[in-house]
Amino acid sequence: MKQAFQSPSGILLALILAIAFIGPLLPLADPLAMDVAARFGGPSAAHPLGQDEYGRDLLSRLVHALRSAILISGGAAMISAVIGVSVGVVAGYVRGFSEALSMRVMDVILCFPPLLLVMLAATLYGAGPSTLVPVLALVFVPSFTRVAHASVMTVRGQDYVDATRLMGASATRIIFRTILPNIVGPLFVQFSFVVVMSVILESGLSFLGLGVLPPQPSLGMMIGTARSTFAQEPWLLLAPCLSLIVLVLVLNAFCDHLRQLFDPRRESGA
Amino acid sequence: MSRDRENMTVTQSAEHPLLQVQGLTVGFRRGGQWNDVVRDVGFSVSGGETLAIVGESGSGKSVTSMALMQLLPRDNSRISGQALFRGIDLLQLDERQIERIRGDRISMIFQEPMTSLNPVMTIGAQIAESILTHRRIGKAEARAEALAMMDRVRIPSAKSRYDDFPHQFSGGMRQRVMIAAALACQPDLLIADEPTTALDVTIQAQVLDLIKELQAESGMGVIFITHDMGVVAEVSDRTLVMYHGDVIESGTTEQIFRHPAKAYTSALLSAVPRLGSMTGNAVPTPYPVFDIASGKLREPERRPNTLREGPPYLLQVSDLSKRFAIQSKLLKRTIARVHAVEGVSFTLRQGETLSIVGESGCGKSTTGKLITGLHDRDEGRVVLAGRELGAIPAVERAHDIQMIFQDPYASLNPRLRIGEAITEPLRIHGKASATEQREIAASLLTRVGLQPEMAGRYPHEFSGGQRQRICVARALVMKPKVIVADEAVSALDVTMKTQVVNLMMDLQQEMGLGFVFISHDMAVVERISHRIAVMYLGEIVEIGPRAAIFENPRHPYTRRLLGAVPVPDPARRHQRGAAVVTELRSPVRPPDYRRPARRYLEISDDHFVLDSGEDWQ
Repeated sequence: MKQAFQSPSGILLALILAIAFIGPLLPLADPLAMDVAARFGGPSAAHPLGQDEYGRDLLSRLVHALRSAILISGGAAMISAVIGVSVGVVAGYVRGFSEALSMRVMDVILCFPPLLLVMLAATLYGAGPSTLVPVLALVFVPSFTRVAHASVMTVRGQDYVDATRLMGASATRIIFRTILPNIVGPLFVQFSFVVVMSVILESGLSFLGLGVLPPQPSLGMMIGTARSTFAQEPWLLLAPCLSLIVLVLVLNAFCDHLRQLFDPRRESGA
Repeated sequence: MSRDRENMTVTQSAEHPLLQVQGLTVGFRRGGQWNDVVRDVGFSVSGGETLAIVGESGSGKSVTSMALMQLLPRDNSRISGQALFRGIDLLQLDERQIERIRGDRISMIFQEPMTSLNPVMTIGAQIAESILTHRRIGKAEARAEALAMMDRVRIPSAKSRYDDFPHQFSGGMRQRVMIAAALACQPDLLIADEPTTALDVTIQAQVLDLIKELQAESGMGVIFITHDMGVVAEVSDRTLVMYHGDVIESGTTEQIFRHPAKAYTSALLSAVPRLGSMTGNAVPTPYPVFDIASGKLREPERRPNTLREGPPYLLQVSDLSKRFAIQSKLLKRTIARVHAVEGVSFTLRQGETLSIVGESGCGKSTTGKLITGLHDRDEGRVVLAGRELGAIPAVERAHDIQMIFQDPYASLNPRLRIGEAITEPLRIHGKASATEQREIAASLLTRVGLQPEMAGRYPHEFSGGQRQRICVARALVMKPKVIVADEAVSALDVTMKTQVVNLMMDLQQEMGLGFVFISHDMAVVERISHRIAVMYLGEIVEIGPRAAIFENPRHPYTRRLLGAVPVPDPARRHQRGAAVVTELRSPVRPPDYRRPARRYLEISDDHFVLDSGEDWQ
């Protein structure tokens, strides 16, 4: 774990996490407090990044938006990883009927365009994070299942798995101690992809008004509302866009770094 | 090591050599540093001549040939020296110029016939392509020539197989296709990089014969890269021995086999399994060990027979059968079955080594997996140390039987340090404390000839031979009664092979282990076994004591197998009869197939032969 953050991407991610989770505790302006008189106010001591169209503090809104983006997409990715990997590993190891059943169910989920699925859920159960997280998780479960399943299929054919079976190891032990550590590489790649995808999907849905509910700040929504005033105040649009880009790039780099950390061959690599 | 330059560049007669290489040095960049992997190599090849480059993995023999053809990545390799091919220096040519020579004047064939053919192109098209790349002729003409080439490399019924894809060909036939594609433009020089290493012995013999015949027909020069001294003796006129990037010896093949000048060459030669070296020796004997320091061969001391006659048996196998169903894609109906193992019976006594030999696809590996319980059997009984195999819980079975696998790279979990890998069984069984585990790992590592400090390293830091020792240590930790070694030494270099075989025999001596040694390498089998079972198409065709099988083979298949083994003596090159061009028949049978009743004839005491009737007339 220590090594994980001893890299440029790790330091940056730690910084972002610190901003997102410690920031709201600092004496920043209330992200919801309006001050219409000072709308589009430029940077000042009280509002370092200026104020938006309702005079709300931009810095404070960005910090809060960052936090909800990380919570929602990170949470969704975690949940889908746990479910997807469990299903995929069991399907790949046990084979037979359970494999056919779970893989076909995943195919059905894959048939729905993600955006459509979220819109459907938002209409049925109302928008907001409590709908968004489970739906995003559901959308990404099949990708984890497929990657896990395919990786297990390759690894289970290796002689060392047979050797472990001959030692008298139980199926649980083989799955958790022998197979799982050998498939974390592709799973990390998939996880990084899913976190990034859900950050983008979350902001996209908030942009459409289906994600985080106003007046709570979210990056997508901030981009959406700042669009109309882009000519006057480009910074209101650029600030959330830049935050989104930086978040996505740092997440990508970090997951790549993690994957390398988990590769036992790295020490001798040229 | 003083090098004899004169000797190294002997040219044959006054004739101009086809290729003359001088001072070839190849370096690779690794982490910003240049590392020379081939140093100052010089040789020459004339038309009609075969030069063998011999060495173990890492000796630089393949890199040498890749450098000549400029096949190494240009950005992290550097090549210096001179390679004159018909007066042109190959190393000075740019990409476009070398492309005109590659495949046209100089051709190459590689080790893996499966990966060196394009799987989505038909066989015929691939041969025709190599003609079309270098000659301006029409498609129809190229097709005709490709067909002629297929005939020349003796692919049976070439016309009907022209439009087949590579996966429809067996390994030996694929290598013939590779040769056909390589020779399609009638090159002056053929570079063959371990062309027969991946093939079965009988197929190897056919491919070697083919290359020799084609060379006699066309008068091309051949550079034959191999690690197998037996193959060298079969094919080459002159030989170059490489060791860690240096040419340490060169000369005519006769001379090198008769009077090797360097200790390493002698070591390499002593490591070559010679069929018949065990004649008159009742007990399996370890290989003589070559002591590089003194330059002498140390014969192993005579040892008592480990075999304990009579019951109790370690393993009693009767009428073992395993079939794999081939299902139709749509309805999942069984349309045929692979009869991988059919009616196999044998016993294994204490301290005995039973070898199961045969070619790929004969069911020997499946037999190994059936008796260890890795596969479920369809029919038959396996009694392991007095108990029915199915009745032994997996946890207890681990104390009875363990396995060593063929590929030392695939049989160790890449994420476990080797100390952990060796003691993993102890943790599964909750047998030992952490300190005890460390001690056991250290003592086992010492026992298999490694250092105890290595316990903290990962498998990828070890060579193939070392990994195989680690696998042996892991198999030993449960103190099993039987070890199944599935092609355990086939992937190893010759010197490593002899070491691991000697180690196994020492362990048998100490612990009274029973080995089921599955192998296709007849020479190793002769060294290690008490008894031998020969398998063909899932059945045992002949089984008996080692001496009986080797000195009095009765089944035609056993004879063919023995006859195909290369003789490591250049003087006896032409004694081996011409190999019959055959393909292994397939054990795929229709679903309603029932094995005909089989009868075994007893030739002599304990020596049985399958009475297979007219099949083998």
